[in-house]
Amino acid sequence: MANKTALYDQHLAMGAKVVDFGGWDMPLNYGSQIEEHKKVRTAAGMFDVSHMTIVDVTGADASEYLRYLLANDVARLEIKGKALYSGMLNEDGKVIDDLIVYRMTDPSVPGEWFRVVVNCATREKDLRWMADKTAHFDVALTEQPELSMVAIQGPEAIAKAKSVLNESRGRLIDGLSVFQGLESEGWFIARTGYTGEDGLEIIIPEDEISEFWQALADAGVAPCGLGARDTLRLEAGMNLYGADMDESVSPLVSAMGWTVAWEPESRNFCGRAALEAEKAAGVAQKLVGLVMESRGVLRGHQKVIVEGVGEGEITSGTFSPTLNVSIALARVPVGTKDIAMVDIRGKHVAVSVVRPPFVRNGKKVFS
Amino acid sequence: MSDIRNELKYVASHEWIRNEGDGSVTVGITDHAQDLLGDVVFVELPEVGADVETGDDAGVVESVKAASDIYVPISGEIIATNELLEDSPELVNSDPYGDGWFFRIKLADEAELDGLLDAQAYGELCEDES
Repeated sequence: MANKTALYDQHLAMGAKVVDFGGWDMPLNYGSQIEEHKKVRTAAGMFDVSHMTIVDVTGADASEYLRYLLANDVARLEIKGKALYSGMLNEDGKVIDDLIVYRMTDPSVPGEWFRVVVNCATREKDLRWMADKTAHFDVALTEQPELSMVAIQGPEAIAKAKSVLNESRGRLIDGLSVFQGLESEGWFIARTGYTGEDGLEIIIPEDEISEFWQALADAGVAPCGLGARDTLRLEAGMNLYGADMDESVSPLVSAMGWTVAWEPESRNFCGRAALEAEKAAGVAQKLVGLVMESRGVLRGHQKVIVEGVGEGEITSGTFSPTLNVSIALARVPVGTKDIAMVDIRGKHVAVSVVRPPFVRNGKKVFS
Repeated sequence: MSDIRNELKYVASHEWIRNEGDGSVTVGITDHAQDLLGDVVFVELPEVGADVETGDDAGVVESVKAASDIYVPISGEIIATNELLEDSPELVNSDPYGDGWFFRIKLADEAELDGLLDAQAYGELCEDES
């Protein structure tokens, strides 16, 4: 039996095509993935992301524990609610998962508390890894399976969300900076997302989510499935775990170098020694964007050929509904410049190599 | 429930075949197939004039989700392809039995039509798959 979110029956009633996603029955689309994608780029769409795993980290050593567990440094979170994107690495410096961590308490107030949101397909190995690493810390990990999560994304997302929220929650949203989340009457409201648009991710007790989802739908927020979520995140140049990085690669070859906090040098995070060795030896590959103007669609695992340099591989590819061309993320040799060829079913097709993202706030951004 | 037309013939790889009564047939993919594929964004079709045999690759349908081969459902010569699909591949989703057709074949042997599935047999096959 697959897991179902609290919104499962509502998804079916709204016409969702449901597929298995990491052991969860989740909506792939509600008719047309492309229409849902465009709705998020031009107005507002909502995603049920309750399948994601929420873990609260508490205890006197919560901060020190996360500074050891994560490649990015939670000490950078200087205000309450601020969020950090990080890889969680193994000792070999390879990516166990990517995640978002929120500082839940004011850093100047005693009693530390962080909230970590990790992927669903990696839940068991993540929780096992996180638990194994608590050995020398005064810290407690508490999974929060009874919490649901909805992402509302698009240029009209915040206005539409505010139209169905009470005044105090609306005021809280007005005060949120980008990549910050705060609590209001049992709801945790964050200005984060995975689409390259402005928007919110809201964590809600599961018995309250249904009413909120319906209110958003009545306000004109389009229900969107995982299909649109994937084309939106790829246009936004955001990595997908299991496609663009996994336990076989380091953050340095996954366009996640910016998430590794090397300073202070005294912070010995898990995987640091291996990353330092990789850096010293010279990083061999990089993750880049590809754009194909000719007809066809780039797909994961297609071979990338860079004349005079070597070969690489597409890690995720799709048709971009916003740009009307095919786009991809690919891992290629570091010497790759601005053109390459992709092997599409035996045909070699020219592509441009660009720096992601491809789309931000509804507009083409690469050159 | 997907739309299955009684007047058409089918093959298990989800192409439909319409007998035009002049020794030629028109070929497309079924409503069931387009629904499985999701939004179609690109269709690659065979060359007009090509001789094709049952089961040959005749092109590719690319949706946002995946690439799927199109198979030749019946032997003969390709005498026309649907140029509308070049600019409007979404017709495969919106009108799979009409403007979303793929190509026409001049039959090598009309007796081959007898080996195709009828609507009922194709409907049962779709149910078994779901």
